[in-house]
Amino acid sequence: MKKKVLAAIMAAAMVALTACGGAAPAATEAAAPAATEEKAEEPKAEEPAAEEPAAEEPAAASGELIKVGIINNDPNESGYRTANDKDLKAAFSEENGFDASFAYSLKNDEQITAAQKFIQDGVDYLLLSAADTAGWDSVLKDAQDAGIHVILFDRTIDADPSLYSASIVSDMDKEGETAVAWLEGQNLDEYNVIHIQGVMGSAAQKGRSGALDDKVASDSAKWKIVTQQTAEWNAEKAQQIVQSVIDSGEKFNVIYAENDDMAKGAVAALDAANISHGVGKDVIVMGFDCNKWALQELLDQNWNYDGQCNPFQSEYILKVIDEIQAGNEPAEKKIVMNEKGFDATTITADDVENYGI
Amino acid sequence: MDNAILKMRGIDKAFPGVRALQGVDFTLCSGEIHALMGENGAGKSTLIKVLTGVYPKDEGDIVLGDKSVSIKSPQDAQNLGISTVYQEITLCPNLSVAENMFIGREEGALRNWKKMNERAGKILDDLAIPAKPAQQLASCSIAVQQMVAIARAVDMDCKVLILDEPTSSLDEQEVEKLFKLMRDLKAKGVGIIFVTHFLDQVYEVCDKITVLRDGHLVGEYEIKDLPRVQLVSKMLGKELDDMSDIKSENATYEKKEGETPVFTATNLSSTEAVNPFDFHINKGEVNGFTGLLGSGRSECVRAIFGADRNLSGEKTRDGKQVKIAKPIDAMKKGIAYLPEDRKVDGIIGDLSVRDNIVLAYQVLKGALHPFSKAEAYKFADEYIKLLDIKTASADTPIKSLSGGNQQKVILARWLLTHPDYLILDEPTRGIDVGTKVDIQKLVLKLASEGMAITFISSETDEMLRTCSRLIVMRDRHVVGELTGDDLNQNKIMSTIAGGDSDGK
Amino acid sequence: MANNNKSGSGFFGKLVHNQIIIPLAALLLLIVFNLIFDPSFFVITPKTNSAGNPVLSGYLITILDYGSELAILAIGMTLVTAASGGQDISVGATIAICGSALLRVLCGTNSRPETLQAPIIVGFLVACVVGMMCGAFNGILVAYFKIQPMVATLILFTAGRSIAAWINNNELPIVPDPKFAYFGGFIPGIPVPAPVFIAVVCIIVIFLVLKFTTLGLYTQAVGINPSSSRLNGLNPELVKFISFVILGLCVAVAALIKTSRLSTINYSVIAKDIEMDAILAVALGGNPLGGGKFNMWASIIGAYVIQFLTTTLYKFKVSSDALSAYKAVVVIVLVVFSAPTVREFIGSFFKKHSAKKGVA
Repeated sequence: MKKKVLAAIMAAAMVALTACGGAAPAATEAAAPAATEEKAEEPKAEEPAAEEPAAEEPAAASGELIKVGIINNDPNESGYRTANDKDLKAAFSEENGFDASFAYSLKNDEQITAAQKFIQDGVDYLLLSAADTAGWDSVLKDAQDAGIHVILFDRTIDADPSLYSASIVSDMDKEGETAVAWLEGQNLDEYNVIHIQGVMGSAAQKGRSGALDDKVASDSAKWKIVTQQTAEWNAEKAQQIVQSVIDSGEKFNVIYAENDDMAKGAVAALDAANISHGVGKDVIVMGFDCNKWALQELLDQNWNYDGQCNPFQSEYILKVIDEIQAGNEPAEKKIVMNEKGFDATTITADDVENYGI
Repeated sequence: MDNAILKMRGIDKAFPGVRALQGVDFTLCSGEIHALMGENGAGKSTLIKVLTGVYPKDEGDIVLGDKSVSIKSPQDAQNLGISTVYQEITLCPNLSVAENMFIGREEGALRNWKKMNERAGKILDDLAIPAKPAQQLASCSIAVQQMVAIARAVDMDCKVLILDEPTSSLDEQEVEKLFKLMRDLKAKGVGIIFVTHFLDQVYEVCDKITVLRDGHLVGEYEIKDLPRVQLVSKMLGKELDDMSDIKSENATYEKKEGETPVFTATNLSSTEAVNPFDFHINKGEVNGFTGLLGSGRSECVRAIFGADRNLSGEKTRDGKQVKIAKPIDAMKKGIAYLPEDRKVDGIIGDLSVRDNIVLAYQVLKGALHPFSKAEAYKFADEYIKLLDIKTASADTPIKSLSGGNQQKVILARWLLTHPDYLILDEPTRGIDVGTKVDIQKLVLKLASEGMAITFISSETDEMLRTCSRLIVMRDRHVVGELTGDDLNQNKIMSTIAGGDSDGK
Repeated sequence: MANNNKSGSGFFGKLVHNQIIIPLAALLLLIVFNLIFDPSFFVITPKTNSAGNPVLSGYLITILDYGSELAILAIGMTLVTAASGGQDISVGATIAICGSALLRVLCGTNSRPETLQAPIIVGFLVACVVGMMCGAFNGILVAYFKIQPMVATLILFTAGRSIAAWINNNELPIVPDPKFAYFGGFIPGIPVPAPVFIAVVCIIVIFLVLKFTTLGLYTQAVGINPSSSRLNGLNPELVKFISFVILGLCVAVAALIKTSRLSTINYSVIAKDIEMDAILAVALGGNPLGGGKFNMWASIIGAYVIQFLTTTLYKFKVSSDALSAYKAVVVIVLVVFSAPTVREFIGSFFKKHSAKKGVA
């Protein structure tokens, strides 16, 4: 009797401890809903670990549920991430037969710590959107040794492909190429581009900058970069960068912003200076990520182009899990998602509904 | 006879706008204690700082032994055998006594702890300093810390030891111990330069006196050739009859029968461990708390002012019951308090003299009624003139004033609030003779105008000159109250000592 | 002749010892730099904006515009620094909280409303209350629990952006009413950006407060010597507390401008690192970061100097992620020049210089 009470107290203490521990490093981890969800689910994940003998029972409590540990970037980082997180939460619900735990961080070391915790908790699947490409080898090896299937989503890492089952990615290079091809198709006499970049070195920035840089290099007579600056995905900085170009009086007719937020910041600066933008106007505005509000701007003809970066990855992940559950290895390690580019002249209200995030 | 170890000749030092030293000579013999006297600003500190290499001299020679030396830094001075112990302890309170004695010396880095402690223990024993080498310095009394500083200096083979106001935070017994140490060192042939404000101490321990005034040398005297009154008059540069003045004014207060006291307290005690005491003061009366340092004098007046949280007690003002829980309450009831520790509790260092003067009155007037600049200047100038505060202007930061003038500013601050009851806790500590006399005279003048004043001083004769009633404290108890004929040194001493205080 | 020299050295001497020289010298340096390399920096041209209203445009206007939030924050930060001897590092996170609360009120639970769900003034007042509550929270920790300001405000610094996201349920609301954009843009018919007016109003208010209350004297007294202040009837805890609440109010005003600039909010990047700029403004104003005396004008000028530097760097197309490196240089120069020994040296240099002139 006493022992049981003690064990219960121990378990409660452990949960409380890990709950605190979880909250502390995830500096920007947010959102009461997320937190409560975590709390609600964690006891199940924790109890077996807290009580040694329980671990040997054949997965009683979580018998039918597939245990999934999901490591993602901070959902507040961008609308894209918020949509991504929502999509995952909806897909890996209890109704769908999953017992999912979430950990968020923008820092690699915190993510690795979270991964180690999930491995200890004995999850069946580890879903990972890594903050950094390097440093994952040893922890993924541990996962493999523990018989845990690792599925990368959204971001790749520099590790041996044998360490993970599948990698579901957006092809950022292709996103860039699609966008630049669309821009070329506008047949302007000359292209004077304000190029607002994301956080330097990120996959999205590299892919989306690469295509434009190549084009400018190959056709420098017609294509000119007025300014090329990073605004670090930040609308305020984008606004200041465009403001600076306007103040300098240099000519430009294209704003190529590597996400919607920065495009919005740029447009705010244009509006203040009465520079018209959108379909058939002075300046072409391009964004990425297909936020719903951004697609709405397209529909209103205020912007010209928005490239999709598909956040709805759960369907691809589910497919992979189904296959593994059925006993097969996924046919291809690298799964590239379908992504579109929207043109303001052809976009429909349905598109805004279906593809907006 | 000429066993001079230090000769300074024709020392000149000028600062922007001031010639701090002009052609000053100073001679120190081995095995003598030599007092360096002068009012604040006379040039004592400057002379010491030139000698210890803090300031470079403009002109003059320093001869140590028979060599002419140039001292460019305190380190030079130390290497030449000139050590200084300052009023403020400059050791590290969180290190042990032994560590403090050896820190920062050549062989310091790779030291055998055991040996170090042994050696420190031996020095402490030799000098009869009541401290253990391994003890943390902060756990020693201020006096012992002071002595440790001296021990450190002595161990560095010093030939010249400078003691700059070492006694100002010590009580009498501690001073006695320090003097014994000084005499021991003197017997060992060390020349000691002693800077102090306490005349008694000079006459107790010194052999010679050098007097400075306004950066000039007044003269060097054998102690037996210079009676006190002459010393004071040489320091001030005028014949002194102020002492007798004060005595004659003293008789002015006479208690009228049936008068309501300005302030009373019954069964008062505070968090600072004062035992409950009763207290009263009448209009125009000057009374005082006396007792040894730490006997609870300051704690009593702090309890009255509400500076420490009261645990028990009732207070009345002009017969009406009042609640005084914090300083602002007391101020609103016309009570003012000049605190004991000027630096910590009194001045607001970076603020101007003007802001320091108007602060308390401004707080009384309220946050929504600031004085205009013109008003503030008017107040400040008025009191600068009234109290003869020596400052470049009302805008000068108070921290750049001398101690005595800082004290006058704080006094001005409280006088400006026009209190009915003024508490002065050690208003004359660490300030020069001239200002001391000024303050004592002012106290009596204010009392004669009807202000009730409580006066606390470590110098008993000062209390005797100003107070008509003394409350005697021992170990945080009130042990006696002296008036009339009982007001003399002997009676106070015996009451403090507990000889015949049970009569109360 | 001799007289002239004397007054000359006196003027320089005074200036060297007055802290306002520091931001002014920095400003002068930047102006001269721009004059040499591209005088067009100072051109201001009248234009019309997309709403058909007359506006002024040019780098100087940009500086005044974007420097406004910083100037407003510098006001509060100066008081907090003076009273508590420490800095509030939660300013950026608190802006996110206030902005989020503001948008929550304006947009209701639906993050994409067709119309405003409440008048802007109501939203702003709520933001002010929220800002002051955040300030009060910091103030209580610092004043009554005696926690070091940087440590105390670390709590909101860490949690603030999450709280901001939670307020709006992780949605990113967009304010539909174009009027809301006035506060961070232009008011129709007035060619000067609205943030400039908001900053001017804040500056006027703080100077009235400093003139008609004793806030300045009390703050400085408490910052220099709390023990002595208490014996003079002040309540040091209350004064510190109030300084944090005032900063909270400044933060709310800054949050209004920030959210208005884009009519939306991004919790993780809005006003990112702005606390460092605000602290830098106080330091650039020559105010001791250890508390005590302060000069409000110097801080405000300091804020605009920082924006001047930022805008200059943008103009010369310095990569924006390198901006902080340049600011670090400013900090180093500041620290060196505010060191007493260096100032003494400069002071004596001026004196010698004028003495030589006298001889010649």
